[in-house]
Amino acid sequence: MKCQEILKVLNEYVDGQLDPGVCEELQKHLQGCDPCRIVVDNIRKTISLYKDDEVYELPADFKARLHDALKDKWRKRPEQKDSSE
Amino acid sequence: MEKTASQPADDAFVLSAKAGDYAAFEQLVSRHERRLYALAWHLTHDHHDAQDVVQNSLMAVVEHLSEFRQESSFATWVTRITVNQALKLLRAKRQRQGPSLDASDDETADFPTPHYIADWRDDPQRALDRREVREVLDQGMELLSEGQRLVFVLRDVEGLSVAETAEAMGISPGNVKVRLLRARLALREHLTQRFGDEATRQHSPGNHDHDHSTIITLAANAASDEGSTPGGKP
Repeated sequence: MKCQEILKVLNEYVDGQLDPGVCEELQKHLQGCDPCRIVVDNIRKTISLYKDDEVYELPADFKARLHDALKDKWRKRPEQKDSSE
Repeated sequence: MEKTASQPADDAFVLSAKAGDYAAFEQLVSRHERRLYALAWHLTHDHHDAQDVVQNSLMAVVEHLSEFRQESSFATWVTRITVNQALKLLRAKRQRQGPSLDASDDETADFPTPHYIADWRDDPQRALDRREVREVLDQGMELLSEGQRLVFVLRDVEGLSVAETAEAMGISPGNVKVRLLRARLALREHLTQRFGDEATRQHSPGNHDHDHSTIITLAANAASDEGSTPGGKP
């Protein structure tokens, strides 16, 4: 496999959905090609950084407003079966 | 959609909440609100819209909790509600503002070139504070068209399959793949410009048979192939 062919199968490779034969060929290529190996590694790190929600804190005022609204909505629900009673 | 490791605990809270325990419901909200807010923010890219989406979604959870049969995890259920709320809001916005600018998103053969190729320095979350990391991530998202952003978020952040993403957005699986590739390459470029270690930078084409400039042409061909086969595998 050549560098030029990598992008054709990049999505499937990153998603772990590549046909095993092609996957093996691609891995062989990556072992000998730093630029391609780095691009693949960068993409994996990019995805995992976006997946991590740690940096997305709710704004404090919204959080307070949200919890008030939910509590209010909870109280106004139609009568539910309540096993705690 | 991916199951989370926290599912057993969620299941217990769901049962208690369904039995009327508000404290258990609050636990569920606390466990998921940050993830849902991040999702809504990524999808809408508007602070007010993101807050509306999260609030409307959790209100819907209160309303429909008694009907939730726990055939899927709570995380999956509430994510689906949030995605639907966000897409509904974006559709309404689009109707008011006219068609989005990325209508030609799938036709253009203009793929972002892997230009800055380097290993990342450290784990960005260790090297930078949260605000700085978030700024870089948000800037990256701004480089994408709405269509690319939605595909990337649904597929890569939320773990929907290609088929589920296509169905949620009303586009073909081929278009999902093209937009996803474009989004991944653009975000990789942006983040590597910020987090890349100059010492490991690859000045392509390298000193062997690697002409990365031709990747673009081939990627464009691959994309047009995929775009024309909407029945592609998920």
